[in-house]
Amino acid sequence: MSDALEQFRSETRAWLEANCPAEMRTPQTSEDETCWGGRNFKFTSQAQKDWMDRMGAKGWTVPEWPKAYGGGGLSKEEAKVLSSELRRIKARSPLNSFGIWMLGPALLKFGSEEQKKHYLPQIARGEIRWCQGYSEPGSGSDLASLRTSAEDKGDHYLVNGQKVWTSYADKADWIFCLVRTDPTVAKHHGISFLLFDMASPGVSTAPIKLISGASPFCQTFFDNVKVPKENLVGVPGKGWDIAKYLLTHEREMIGAMDTGDARETMAQVAARKIGLENGTIADAALRTDIIRHEIDAWAFALTMERVKDTAKAGQGVGALSSMLKYYGTELNKQRMELLMSIGGSDGLLWEGDNKGDGDLSRGWLRSRANSIEGGTSEINLNIIAKRVLELPGA
Amino acid sequence: MALVLNEDQAMIRDSAEGFFKAEAPTTAFRKLRDSKDATGFDRALWKKMAEMGFAGVLVPEGHGGSGFGYVGAGLIQEAIGRNLSLSPMLSTAILAATALLVGGTDEQKAAYLPKIASGDLLMALASDEKSRHTPNHVATTAAASGNGFKLNGTKSFVLDGHVADKLIVAARTSGADGDTDGITLFLVDPKAAGVSIARQPMVDSRNAAKVVLNDVQVDGADVLGEVGNGWAILERALDAGRACLAAEMLGVSAQSFETTVDYLKTRDQFGVKIGSFQALQHRAAHLFCEVELARSVTLRALQALDEGDDRASIFASLAKAKGGEVAKLATNEGVQLHGGIGMTDEFDIGLYMKRARAARETFGDIAFNGDRLAKLMGY
Repeated sequence: MSDALEQFRSETRAWLEANCPAEMRTPQTSEDETCWGGRNFKFTSQAQKDWMDRMGAKGWTVPEWPKAYGGGGLSKEEAKVLSSELRRIKARSPLNSFGIWMLGPALLKFGSEEQKKHYLPQIARGEIRWCQGYSEPGSGSDLASLRTSAEDKGDHYLVNGQKVWTSYADKADWIFCLVRTDPTVAKHHGISFLLFDMASPGVSTAPIKLISGASPFCQTFFDNVKVPKENLVGVPGKGWDIAKYLLTHEREMIGAMDTGDARETMAQVAARKIGLENGTIADAALRTDIIRHEIDAWAFALTMERVKDTAKAGQGVGALSSMLKYYGTELNKQRMELLMSIGGSDGLLWEGDNKGDGDLSRGWLRSRANSIEGGTSEINLNIIAKRVLELPGA
Repeated sequence: MALVLNEDQAMIRDSAEGFFKAEAPTTAFRKLRDSKDATGFDRALWKKMAEMGFAGVLVPEGHGGSGFGYVGAGLIQEAIGRNLSLSPMLSTAILAATALLVGGTDEQKAAYLPKIASGDLLMALASDEKSRHTPNHVATTAAASGNGFKLNGTKSFVLDGHVADKLIVAARTSGADGDTDGITLFLVDPKAAGVSIARQPMVDSRNAAKVVLNDVQVDGADVLGEVGNGWAILERALDAGRACLAAEMLGVSAQSFETTVDYLKTRDQFGVKIGSFQALQHRAAHLFCEVELARSVTLRALQALDEGDDRASIFASLAKAKGGEVAKLATNEGVQLHGGIGMTDEFDIGLYMKRARAARETFGDIAFNGDRLAKLMGY
């Protein structure tokens, strides 16, 4: 490692030592402790707020974004050092945000200079919490058929329609939303990418309860919502390009879920719940299922690693993101099925007095959505057939 | 190490792909098969492979090899898998070379490794005795006799056994059948009194032989490694074989997959290309993913052997298990998606399926390697 990078490491270590509150170095025990930021966010503690504010002010919530847009301006190598130092002290994530994961990358690529200067620093500092308005009741896999309209009224757009599966719409401050600005052209060409305040008159939300119980998902309604014209990102009618770009991002994220963390492995869970006999899991038939799953899971994890290393080496990775989403989510569903089998009747518990009671059955149910949200497995197979294999008529 | 080929390795891959496609394509395989060639491969090809540095891929430069390592060996094996090329690469350049590198004395290395690299010495590993791979099952005995040992027993599925100039035989000097302690490796002259070798024609037209040892006298100097401690050497040789077979199966899988996708783009039914049917598209797309997974585990296993990673055995079994399942899927889907012509001898896809079947059994399928991996991981 170069001297400059070594110096960056020691400065980073010292800064984190001074600025990461002790409480933020303890493991998060539930999803309720995730920091999302935003105008109305209720911090669980002062430490949580301090950690977000300090990291946000330094731009380290988005280490690789340019400093001019509120980022840390770090190089890839420096960002790697930062994340390894954060791991070293077991720091919690200072800020989780759809702004960081999704809108930010889209604005960096498609936004105007004014939009970047306005929106990106708010995201970096956790001031505005964003939600994503994509799916509609009649437009799921066929997303481009969406009907929420944005009518050009001269100085503003008038938005009418309904979105569904909007994560945290009831908690978000702003929405980035796919709308139809031109109903007269082919479906992919009349879509635009619009940003607006969820506090605007005419916006309302209603939560959706899933088979797993409560969920972050909402229905979102727009009734004559006025949106300033300058809130459109990119070119009117070219919103589908942005949507595709973001879906690729989302698929990489969902595909990457549940890999590489320090949870108990399935084999460890099985050893604890079922026990070992002569050093092997006492249920031989279930052990075989576990082994086969672990082989696939390991092969998938190594593939994620290979894709990253290939990109790092400057070689093309091709259209692999659809593959990662498809395979990763199918594996995770299988994993939850096996954990339920290992758990037996314990796994069926829905609620109880102990912390974690009911988590497994709810997690199992929630995982069924993995291969639906962000593009179904079947849509992703279509995409592989079309873009990678170049099969006819796909 | 990053899971990506470096520049040297990319060059080996390109030269191996070009070489086997030009020198040993499936037409060459068919010629040897149909003529029931007594050797089972083309000795002139093996000589050329030596000149390319392939025969000495694992042999250090000091012993006349090219020293490309296991990643290099795997890339050669992948090209062999793609073209179904016949050669003693696995038996001699990978299994025997690894056993000698791990267990050989300086004298043994100097005597054998340069000849392996130059293509002048063929060797075969005689370890298996049961029809399902169970390497610790060694009932063949080696009893002290004179200044050496007397071997008795029967070995099966000895790759290239009928043409080998030297055999590496696993025999028991102590302990009971199934023990890993007490196994000793011997360098045995196949022409020695009491050795009888019978070729076994296999479904994939590759060389395998049954070797019967009847009071075969070997010298004490022909022990490879220490008496009673042959297991570690055998394990490393088998792991090298597993990882390199995973690489060969990757070539088999990738070629079957590409041939099948090409077929989907050319075959017309109902007035359209059959590749426009979603039922077939999804199967092809899924197969694409599986081949990518096989590529990842194979590269990791080969790198682990090169690095001396203490998890090399785990990765070798992971690659062999996953690679075998993918090769099964790729070749079976290949035949099914080709339809009737996939069943004909005229089309190559069936040849790939036969090779995949045999390669999966060799040194353990997913049942063996999955169980081994789990035990190594503590479950």
